[in-house]
Amino acid sequence: MADFSISNVAVKGMTACVPKDHVVNTQASVAGLDTSEMLKVVAMTGIDKHHLSPPHICTSDLCFEAAEKLIDKLNWSKEDIEIVIFVSQTPDYILPMTSAILQQRLGLSTRCVAFDMSIGCSGFVYGMSVIAAMMSASKIKKGLLLVGDTITKLISKQDRSTFPLFGDAGTATALAYDEAAHEMDFSLSTDGSGHRAIIVHDGGQRSPFTEQSLLPQSFEGGIERSQQQLYLNGMDVFNFSISKAPASFQQMMSFKNKTIDAFDYFVFHQANKLMNETIRKKLKIEPTKYLYSLQKYGNTSSATIPLTLVSELQEELSHRQLSLGLCGFGVGLSWGSMTLTTDHIVTLPVIEL
Amino acid sequence: METEPGSIHETTEFRNLEEWSSLIALMIIAMVDEKYDVILSGDDIRNSNTIQEIYTIVHSKVNQ
Repeated sequence: MADFSISNVAVKGMTACVPKDHVVNTQASVAGLDTSEMLKVVAMTGIDKHHLSPPHICTSDLCFEAAEKLIDKLNWSKEDIEIVIFVSQTPDYILPMTSAILQQRLGLSTRCVAFDMSIGCSGFVYGMSVIAAMMSASKIKKGLLLVGDTITKLISKQDRSTFPLFGDAGTATALAYDEAAHEMDFSLSTDGSGHRAIIVHDGGQRSPFTEQSLLPQSFEGGIERSQQQLYLNGMDVFNFSISKAPASFQQMMSFKNKTIDAFDYFVFHQANKLMNETIRKKLKIEPTKYLYSLQKYGNTSSATIPLTLVSELQEELSHRQLSLGLCGFGVGLSWGSMTLTTDHIVTLPVIEL
Repeated sequence: METEPGSIHETTEFRNLEEWSSLIALMIIAMVDEKYDVILSGDDIRNSNTIQEIYTIVHSKVNQ
């Protein structure tokens, strides 16, 4: 059972950046969805609008902007940052790793650990566990966790099962070695038997990109999508999420003898309102403590948890200590829960690029 | 045209109802989970045609 705690590492700041271009769902034209059906989609998913990156903006650009502004606001000296991890499934290139490009672009020292982690909806929780564990063990003083995705580049506008749901965002979380830090607790899980439930099929080495990869294929309900675009099995992901996410959070609480009362706020991966509300009710969390940014940004894959923290809690994060319960779940299938105690951290309102 | 509430019976093939969509399937999964603490799988829905079939699956899982 991958349940563990990490000491001596604290979050010092967090920022998020979205592309300024956005689509209001009720004004969008999506194949197979007339106005009344789109209203039902909006009511059920809770997603009013979502931000989409134009062709020249990649995930790394959003993370770069978030990181530059955060380092500046923290007044950190760049040579003190000795680790940068980029968590994303939408890198700049197949190779090299985007983290190396960001190390150079951010002007960080070459004496800096940099690597990518390919994880989606559970990516922030997984990324936090890796950077915190490395910093705790190595006593590296300062680090950056850059988490985000531009999933909309992989989505067919003629796919009503994905287009209304997803948005783009990049985030930056600054961490420091700090012996006064509260422990972070983690419970992490994986079930690769569901790896086909959310998949971009072509373009890797198992099924290389060919001319065929670009051909739109027709599916039920007027959906058209190619093999190099995102496929999501809504029903399978739905029942995976409503069973595994609450169980994971319970597991994380029980290994530390915690209860729901121990948390000021809960920020779970923003998938859709029906799914998130089902999870909330199963854990008996009060609505006022369970935060949403879904209505403004949709599902931004790995970025949802830090984006929601920054968008919904910016004032409180900077003015008081908070005990946060976080949970990510999705592509892999992969899921994880964590506790995070923040104490007067540096934040900025959500940046638009 | 909206389906009258009274016109739905155990033999109704739910996929033929005007309002049926994949969103409704998710709402049924959520409702069954909330009311009966039973998780219907995607296959449970995909392999069923009538409301009776869904009832039978939920009933068998409640008694497990």
